[in-house]
This record gives sequence, structure tokens and C-alpha cells, in this order.
Amino acid sequence: MRRRGRLGSWLLGSVLVICLVSSAKGDPAGLGPPLKASDHGSTSGSNHSQHGHGPEITGIPVVTFKWEHVLRPYLLSLWVLVAGLCKMVIEANHHVTNIIPESALLICFGFILGAMIWGADHVQTFSLTPTVFFFYLLPQVILDAGYSMPNKLFFSNMGGILVYAVIGTCWNAASLGLSLWGCHQGGAMGDLDIGLVQYLLFGSLIAAVDPVAVIAVFEQVHVNEVLFIMVFGESLLNDGVTVVLFNVFDAFVSLGGAKINAVEIIKGIISFFVVAFGGSLVGFVFGLLISLLTRCTKNIKIIEPGFVFVLGYLAYLTAEMLSLSAILSIMFCGMCCQKYINANMDENSVNTVRYIMKVLANGSETIIFIFLGISAVDKTIWVWNTGFILLTLLFIFVYRFIGVFVLTWILNKYRLVPLEFIDQLIMGYGGLRGAVAYGLATMLDESRIKEKNLMISTTLIVVYFTVILQGITMKPLVTWLKVKRAAVTELTLIEKVQNKVFDHMLVAIEDISGQIGHNYMRDKWNNFEDKWMSKLLMKPSARKTRDHLFQVFHKLNLKDAMNYVDEGERRGSLEFIRNESAIVDFKKKFGDDLSEVMPDIMADMSEDQSGMSSVRRNPVPSVSLEMHEQTMNGMRETEDINSHHLLQQHLYKGRKQHRHRYSRSHFDVNKDENEVQEIFQRTMRNRLESFKSAKMGVAPPKTISKHTKKEPPQKMANGKSLDKSKTYYSGDEDFEFSEGDSASGYDSSTLPMRVPYRPGAGIENPVFMPDLDPMAPLQIPPWIAEAEPDLGTVAPSQRAQVRLPWTPSNMRRLAPLRISTRSTDSFVLADIPGAQQREEGGDSDDLPPPPTPPPPPPPHHRDGSRL
Amino acid sequence: MGATQTRSEHKYQDLVEKTGFSLEQITNLHKRFQHLSGNEETISKESLESIPALANNPIKKQIIGAFFDKRNQHQDEAGSFEEIGFEQFLMVMSHFRPPSLKTTEEEKEAMRKEKLRFLFNMHDTDNDGTITLAEYRTVVEELLSKSGAIGQEAAKAIADAAMLEVASTNVPHMAPDEFYEGITFEHFEQILKGLEMESRMHIRFLDMDTTTMRCGKSKS
Repeated sequence: MRRRGRLGSWLLGSVLVICLVSSAKGDPAGLGPPLKASDHGSTSGSNHSQHGHGPEITGIPVVTFKWEHVLRPYLLSLWVLVAGLCKMVIEANHHVTNIIPESALLICFGFILGAMIWGADHVQTFSLTPTVFFFYLLPQVILDAGYSMPNKLFFSNMGGILVYAVIGTCWNAASLGLSLWGCHQGGAMGDLDIGLVQYLLFGSLIAAVDPVAVIAVFEQVHVNEVLFIMVFGESLLNDGVTVVLFNVFDAFVSLGGAKINAVEIIKGIISFFVVAFGGSLVGFVFGLLISLLTRCTKNIKIIEPGFVFVLGYLAYLTAEMLSLSAILSIMFCGMCCQKYINANMDENSVNTVRYIMKVLANGSETIIFIFLGISAVDKTIWVWNTGFILLTLLFIFVYRFIGVFVLTWILNKYRLVPLEFIDQLIMGYGGLRGAVAYGLATMLDESRIKEKNLMISTTLIVVYFTVILQGITMKPLVTWLKVKRAAVTELTLIEKVQNKVFDHMLVAIEDISGQIGHNYMRDKWNNFEDKWMSKLLMKPSARKTRDHLFQVFHKLNLKDAMNYVDEGERRGSLEFIRNESAIVDFKKKFGDDLSEVMPDIMADMSEDQSGMSSVRRNPVPSVSLEMHEQTMNGMRETEDINSHHLLQQHLYKGRKQHRHRYSRSHFDVNKDENEVQEIFQRTMRNRLESFKSAKMGVAPPKTISKHTKKEPPQKMANGKSLDKSKTYYSGDEDFEFSEGDSASGYDSSTLPMRVPYRPGAGIENPVFMPDLDPMAPLQIPPWIAEAEPDLGTVAPSQRAQVRLPWTPSNMRRLAPLRISTRSTDSFVLADIPGAQQREEGGDSDDLPPPPTPPPPPPPHHRDGSRL
Repeated sequence: MGATQTRSEHKYQDLVEKTGFSLEQITNLHKRFQHLSGNEETISKESLESIPALANNPIKKQIIGAFFDKRNQHQDEAGSFEEIGFEQFLMVMSHFRPPSLKTTEEEKEAMRKEKLRFLFNMHDTDNDGTITLAEYRTVVEELLSKSGAIGQEAAKAIADAAMLEVASTNVPHMAPDEFYEGITFEHFEQILKGLEMESRMHIRFLDMDTTTMRCGKSKS
């Protein structure tokens, strides 16, 4: 709570600073409202400063205060900062955002800010102007929407979306305009100077469901995807309709009632199609352009994300220039290019694009809502006409529902999966109006429409009503009506496979039954797309990994590998490599991943694989073992993040070591093959050593000299150190790691020698020894085994010996596993040493087979900082 | 001509009850059937395989196999037909019938089960009640065979991984020496719960005059 309070005061403080700074200036025009910058043009610039850098300079000023100089960008940045802070404050209060959607809260914050400015200036100086909104705030929101649009879902519901967007919006506009006009004629709103065409104009500007508001509210509600895409798609597409309707009626208004005839109306209808399809076409063309461009940006990876944004924005501006629908244009641009740029660009660039996209979209969404709130605090725009405002609200609400129900009724006759009644209710209720309507309303020409201010204030009220009231009630309504929610889980691999099977099956059935349906069309399109578009727009190398299935598989593999290694760490060794098939499998899995990550190393490893492949052909053991592995992993899901972290630290770090060299155009990552390889091997080795020593809990490297002792004493040593490990777990591990890592084998030859050796006599259960010892050599993990010939400094046999001492303790775990019957005897045997350690209660690991609690995991967080 | 018309209509009435298709749909499908079979009473695998549109379908073999699978005929038989008549053809098609607004929840559930069973049967080629790894691999390999980029090795690995997933989700506490034989129907159902089979696994069967439907279809 305290923190929040502080945040709040900080925020208020910063706002006050702005206000004070602005009001201290004392002349309203000089405030240079940042968001009106383009309107005010030169006026603010011409206002001279009082802070002397006038002509009467008497000497060289050491410090000058040039407020005028930085005024506009400064205020602009402050506003962005304030918006961000508002969002932060809001998001810090989760129990509030659970009830009230963020957009509503942002508007309320806007009210407060507006009130402050009003209090300081007594005049509304900051408001959302159409120029700023349409040119600088809206495009990125729509681009983001297009870029992250689920294309398949969108196109398979395209028909419905179009019906709602086109017919629904026309219906809303016409019915609202006509009804208001009717009420006006009936005398419900007193004396207003509004004609039928003006009413229709008003209807058209307020008819459209607003994408920004809809995304903001529906994102938090998580309704099922069909419902979401219906509302969302409609809100995006109907913009084209609104803008066209608005323009047409605007033209009618300026033409004057007398000149409107059939020809003009037909022209209006034609212009609608031209604007909508033209806009989409422009977007499509730009989307292809982006895709083509990213095909050849291999050498300028740093700036390739920029292309996406610049070209996207250009698509918007081009459409605007040609008076086509700019929103449709930028949306289609994003939708077209998403697939290709994700495949073409470097993974880092793709992530960059995603992040920047979200930053921009989220940021401008925040600013839009805040300014919607701020705009309200302005005495000049508020004109109250009870009849007009209340009737508008009522009609909007009612006609939206009527429109949705009627259109759905028609659509359901043709839809394979009918939309249910509850879904329709939510669709109707989700008809939020937002900033687009407000932007259009402020664009009205006051000279022709006398009641412009009334329309603006009505629009604002409608926006507040829908965003705040409907937004707040949306969530309870969704819960109360038990609307089908979206599944939150990601698709598993098998589901993906089944999805693919589905698609092909449906196509096949359509083919056999001789129907030409969706699936048929989609199949044809996919074929075409595969054959031509991909070839043209995608890098050849990218085409391979593009398959969804493959991606999921790849991800799974990565996860498996991590778990696998983690598993080894957890047990204090990589003992599981004992199993022949496990080696192969691990290698295979690893190989697949690594070949992506570290192709150079894999080239090396693959030589070896040919030898292994004979084992690999045998499917059953590997799978059954994996299943066992998997079951264990299933119990450790929570550790995944840790393991990932650890893996990154230890395994992949070598690759990412930056040379400290300055370059603006490259992130210099080590690319020298030999070096990478060596680092990789060293880290692997190093890790092994660290685990080992961590396991033992003793043996800081300093105490160790080169040992080539024979096995028996070491076995004894092992017993001792095992005992020690109980006490040293917490204390020594950090130390161990730090030593291990800092030593991190710049001299690799000494590494394997860091053998934990403590003279002493521990008690080891002798039963295990004969059984386990022969297995010990197998513990050499494949990468080490391979590294041998390269390095040549260490004799494998030596290492094998060296490693021996710690095997029994680890093997204990596996002992029962190996006895297939799992008789109680085996457990008894296994339990003997385990019983000693159990008192520690290290970590509660209740795997079925292992009787001993494994050593606590190595301290991931610590060693991370040291690598 | 008129006589055959009424006779077939009478016969269709039977099928309407059995399969749930409307009379018009059945007539339409019958036309298609005759077209495929070359006006024979029965249809053979070869004539289905020769449909040009199917040429690119990677799992063509499985799908055509499903048509000749006795398990998909709503009877407790196993094995496969050499040739199928119109009734069998229709029975298989009925798995893809979309639900209507009037379908109750229970009916939907039943449909779902049926659809799942169909899918399951498609994978379980030897009808032993489980999809074994080998069976699953065949399907996945075929499925990915057309995409070119993914080699057979990868396909195999994907099948393995998918199988593993099933194993781990369904038998989370498996003993180390246990062996997961394959996906049973229950597991299959469990896994695919999230896929909303009932709302996806169907296609549109034309039931009216083809020409009027076309425009409606292009819209929705």
C-alpha cells in the first residue's frame, strides 16, 4: 500500500510540475499543447521567451534556461511519461483492475488530470486532436492488431465478420440517424438546427464499434475465440465503412439537401467499395513489399525491424493519401506480412518487432484513453440536450442488439456452427464506441453543422458510457451467462498433429463427397501459397522450419533437453547416461536442437552419430526410457524455469560471449568456430565438475592437486565425503560454484583434476559396489567423450577412474530402477544409505523409485551472476 | 424413370433415419456416389483413389481406408470391405454431419464420441483398441510426407514426442519399467478434449438446389 501511495504522489507530483511549468509561463498560446502541435504551427514558436537569450547579452552565459527551445518535445515526452505512470499505478492495483477494466480506469485518470490542468489554467489546453489521433496514435494500434491477428480464424469467419461490419454498421448508422430525426420531428429535443443528413452523418460517425476499446475490454475477458474474432474483426473492418459513410454524408452535407440525387447516392455506394477494397489492396501490396524486403536484409539485421514499422506506416499514409481506408490498409499489411517476416527475419529481429509493436500499441492505447478523459474537462464543448443525448444512448444500445440478433439469425442459416444466443448477447453488449468516433466528431465542420459541440459531447458521453459502464459490467456478464471461455493452454504436439489430420481429412471428405466448401478453398489457397507466395517471399532457408508442427516439436525438444540436463543436475551427476539408449536419445534430441543453435558444433557431432544410428533404430527402449524420464519431469514442472536458466548459464553462454568491441551495426557475437566449440566443451566439462563437487559438498579446487590415485582409496574417500556432504550442502556450494566457474577452464587440462578427495573412511554399503562399478565408464557424457580426441590432454581412462568415486552414491538411485520386478528387497537394499540422508529432508522429491532424497539443486541464481 | 425415383426415395427414407441426412442431401450424395462409381452399385478403393483432388492429400490412404472400415458403420463388426455400397458410403459421411441448432447436449456428446471414434479408428489400423507407436508413426509420417521439408527421421521423432506427451499426461506416475503400449480410446478422448471436435469435424453438405446455396456459402 505504501508503495502505491508513493507512486501516486510521484505521479501527482510530476503532473503538478507540468502544470506549474505551463502556468508559470502565463500565456496560454505559449503552452504549446504538444498534441496540438501540428495545428498551432508557428504560433507558439513566435511567442518570445522571457528567459534572456535576447540581444542584450553582456557576456557569455554559463548556464541559460531555454524553455522555449525544448518546449514541445519536452511536454510531449512528459505526457508520454505521465501516461505510462498512470498505467503503472493502475496495473499495480490488481484487485481494482479485476473489477474495472483498465481502459475505464485510464479514462478516469484522464478526468483527474484534466481537472488539474483546468485548475491551473482555467482553459482546456490539451485535448485529443484528430490529426494526432489518426496520424500518430491509431496506426500502431491497428498494425499490432493486424500483425498478431490469427489469420486462419479470421478468414474462416470472414463472412460473418463482413456481414456485421458492413451491414451491421450501415444499419446502426441509418437507424440511429433516422430515429433521432424522427424524434426531432416529434419534438423530443427542443429546438435544434440539425437536418436529416446531419443526423445521418452523426449516426455514421458513432455507428462503428471501436477497435481500441474492444481490444482493451475483450483482452481482459478471455471469451472464446470465435466470439472474440467476431467482435474484434468487426471492429476493425467497420472502420472502413464508417469512414466512407462519414465522408459520403459529409459530402452530402456540404452539397446541401437539394443536390442529393440518385446519381450521387450511387456514387457514394461505389466509393464505399473502392475505399474499402482499395485500402485492403494497398495494405496487401505493402505487406508483400515488407516480406520481399525482409528476404534480403541478411546483412543489416540491426535495422530490419525498422522496415516493418516504416513500411506499415507508409501503407497507412499511402491509403490516406489516396483517400482509401487507411485502417484497413495497415491492418491487411500486418496480416499479410506476419507469416513471411517471422520466417525471414532473424529470431532476434522478430522478437524486436513483437516487442516494439506491443510497446507502441500499448503506449498509444494508454495515451488515447487518458486523453479521452482529459478532453472531457472543457467547458466549451459541453452542450447539454437531454433528449438528444439520452435518446442517442438508448438508440445505440437497442439498435446494436437488434442488428446483431437479426444478422446472426440470417448468418446462422448458413453457418456450420451456429452462434449461440449467449454469444450474440455478448456481441451486442460488446459494441463499445471509442476514440475513432470522437476523432471523427471533432473533424466535423462547424460552419456547416451548427450543433457540432452537441455532437461532440454526445459522442463523449456515449464513449464514456460504453467503455466505462459496459466495460465494467462485461466481465460479470460473461461469467454470469457462462460464456464459453478461451482455452488458455497452448496446444500440445499431439493436438497439433491432430489438427493437421483434421484439416486434411475434411478436405478429403469434401473431395470425396464432391462439395466445394471452406476446406476445399483453404486447401487450394494453401497449395497456391506454398507453391508461389512462399517461394517468392520467403528465404529458402526459412521455408524449412516454418511448419507449425516442426516448431512445436522443436520447442518440446528444447524443453526435453533442458529437463534432461536438469534431471542430471538434480541427481548430482549425469548418471542417466548409463543407459545406452539414453545416450543415443539424448544425443539425438540434443543434436536436433543444437543444430539450430550451434551448427558448427553439430557438424562435429554428426560424424559420431552414424555410429550410433544402429542403436537408434531400435525404437522401443529409447521410448520407454523416455517415458520414464518424462514422467519424472512431469512432477517437476516448476523447476523448468530454473533449469532453463541454468542451462542458459552453463550451456549456451559460451556462444554469447560478446567481444567488447563497439559497432553500431552488429552485435558481435563470437563466431570463431574453434573458439565456440572449445568454449562449449569447456563449459560442459566445467559443469560436470561443478556438479560433481557440488554433489560432494567439499573440495574447493585449491586443495586439490593432481591425483592419480588408485581406485580403492578413492572409494573410501567417497564414503567420507558423502557424509560430509550432509553438512556442507548449503555452505559450500556457492563457493564451489564460484571456484568452478572462475576457473572455468581457461586451462582445460587442469579441470578434470579437480577431484573431490578427502582422506577418511566412510561407510559405504558394499552391496552396491560390484553391481555398479562396471557401469562407471559409461558415465562419460557424449560431448566429453567426443571432446577427447580434440583436446588430447586428458586420457579418458584417467578421467573414468577419477570419476569413479562418486558413482555409487548416485547409482543408488538407479539401483532399484534396474530391477524390473521392483521387489521389496531392492528397496530395502536401496534404503540403507538413503536412510541416513533422509533426516536432512533436503527437498521433497517423491519419485517412485529413488529412495534417497537427491541433493538440493545447485544454487542457480548465484552462479548466474558469476558466469 | 418415375418409378425408380419413387423407389429410391422410399429407400432413402430409410437412410434418412439411419444417417440423419436430409433427403436432399442424400440425393445429392447419391449423385456423387454414382459419379464416382461409374453408375455401379458399389464402389471400390481404386475409384476413390482416382479422385484427382485427392492426389495431393498426404493421408489419402487412411481416409479412404476409413470408408472401407467396417467399424465405421455403427455396427459391432471389424474388418474391412472390399467394396462398399451407397449405404456404407453414407454412413461414413454421416460422421461429418454438422450439428444443427436443435441438437441437444446429449446428442452433441454422442456425436462427439462418434467423431472421436472415427478418428481413433483411422489411427488404430489393427483394431486392438490402442494406437500403438508404430501405428501412430505411420500416420504422422504420411501426414508429413508431403511437406517436404520434414524428413522421415523428424516425422518419426515427432510421432515419438507426441506419443510421449500422451503417455506423460495420461499416466503421470508410471513406474520406470512400465511400458506405454499405446493410446487407448479414453486417453485419446482426454487428449483431444481441447480441440472442440464437435464444432470442427464436419463439413457442409448441400441440401438444396446447388445454385442457390453457392451464394450463401460464399458469404459465411
